[in-house]
Amino acid sequence: MRELTVPISEDAIRELTAGEPVRLNGVIATGRDAAHKYMIDNFVKTGGQPPAAEAEIYAALRDVLAGGVIYHCGPVVQQAGGRWSFVAAGPTTSIREEPYQAEVIEHFGLRAVIGKGGMGPKTLAACQQHGAVYLHAIGGAASLIAQSVTEVLAVHKLEFGVPEAFWIIRVQDFPAVVTMDSHGTSLHQQMMEQSSARLAALLAR
Amino acid sequence: MTDLTDAFVELIRRAATQLPADMQRALSEAKGREEPGSAAEGALDTILQNVELARANSTPICQDTGTPIFDVYYPVGVSTRRLAEQIRAACAIATERAYLRPNAVDSLTGQNSGDNTGIDFPTLHFHEWDEDGIKVDLLLKGGGCENVSTQYKLPNSELGAGRDLEGVRRVVLDAVNRAQGLGCAPGVLGVAVGGDRGSSYVKSKQQLLRPLDDTNPEPELAALEDRLLDEGNELGIGPMGFGGETTLLGVKVSTLHRLPASYFVSVAYMCWANRRATMRVVGEEVSYA
Repeated sequence: MRELTVPISEDAIRELTAGEPVRLNGVIATGRDAAHKYMIDNFVKTGGQPPAAEAEIYAALRDVLAGGVIYHCGPVVQQAGGRWSFVAAGPTTSIREEPYQAEVIEHFGLRAVIGKGGMGPKTLAACQQHGAVYLHAIGGAASLIAQSVTEVLAVHKLEFGVPEAFWIIRVQDFPAVVTMDSHGTSLHQQMMEQSSARLAALLAR
Repeated sequence: MTDLTDAFVELIRRAATQLPADMQRALSEAKGREEPGSAAEGALDTILQNVELARANSTPICQDTGTPIFDVYYPVGVSTRRLAEQIRAACAIATERAYLRPNAVDSLTGQNSGDNTGIDFPTLHFHEWDEDGIKVDLLLKGGGCENVSTQYKLPNSELGAGRDLEGVRRVVLDAVNRAQGLGCAPGVLGVAVGGDRGSSYVKSKQQLLRPLDDTNPEPELAALEDRLLDEGNELGIGPMGFGGETTLLGVKVSTLHRLPASYFVSVAYMCWANRRATMRVVGEEVSYA
């Protein structure tokens, strides 16, 4: 089992191949639909010159995301005594971020994206070009995965709602499988080809 | 009538945190069919561990606690307006207690209401019946699998699907292939044939409430269900789309009368976390299943 610790080096990413299980450690950020659109509009399209009101969040996100990891997740959280904790935190379907992910990888120097269901050719190309991987977590395994979230360090853009906010979290032994590597291999693409051939055979019966 | 708000909170807690026994058994059997050490086996093992943990700690099985869909059966004289108020209040309380994630977003403003209530949220269906007590079925329908649910209009020449059960078979298999692992396979399919677009979708979701091991009273549909389950699994998509023996855990098909002009086939894809729970109220007594 390969261990990855954030910040992750490009060399460590290039060693990974699709199909390999990993355990992730360190500080990562959650971000899903609203977060990705926000990052594109405020950081990518402005060429890293965000509106003044967003500058503080930009600095905070750059710290976490350079050599870092974004997790497609809208958690169930609880607040007690002013401290947040994660109650349930499985991955959400990643393909919705396909229009945005490649540019976010490039802009921040992301090394990994965690989600479920895989992503498309644009993200796969960005992984290859910039040295990043797609990590598949087990969809629905939310209570179990929440146990690997040891600390909630901050939350940004809570006005997007709990599921859509950026949660900055520390994870320990976060379990995932590399399903898209930095060498152009996507297990999702392979599976689609394989099952489509089987479907054609079934429909020919 | 007694205020049932607390009883509804308990119904929600059970649905969100306790996977029904038939689903858990099916997942366990599926794990036994996968190759030892495979990604598919690993995924099912993780899923089963998570199911146990969620039950033990009373935490959500999945963070996407979905659209709460309530089917309420009530006798003559019960106020459905009051029941609706109590259900909405219960959703808010269940959100505070972290059984539900705040999941209701205003489609115009993008604002999350924060308490799982909003315009036509949660989903409520009321049915008057002849019995004395009240029965409530709750289904928590996650968004990932909802996004891969779909509807076909037959005939469909691309798939060679005509207006018959062979046509239904063809489009349902296509839906499973398109879904890949995105709906959190292994899934359960609720299929409805006929109706209008709206009634067809509602009926397809209602099929998800059926126990996995029931038998369709209509022999032709029972045979179709068995065949679709086998052939869906032959696609080899497997748990999470990792490849493997089990892509589907169940297929349930029902029909509605349709217009001569229309032949809809609705496919409700439900993730492995087919979270359903039932509550019965007879007099002052409340029980759950």
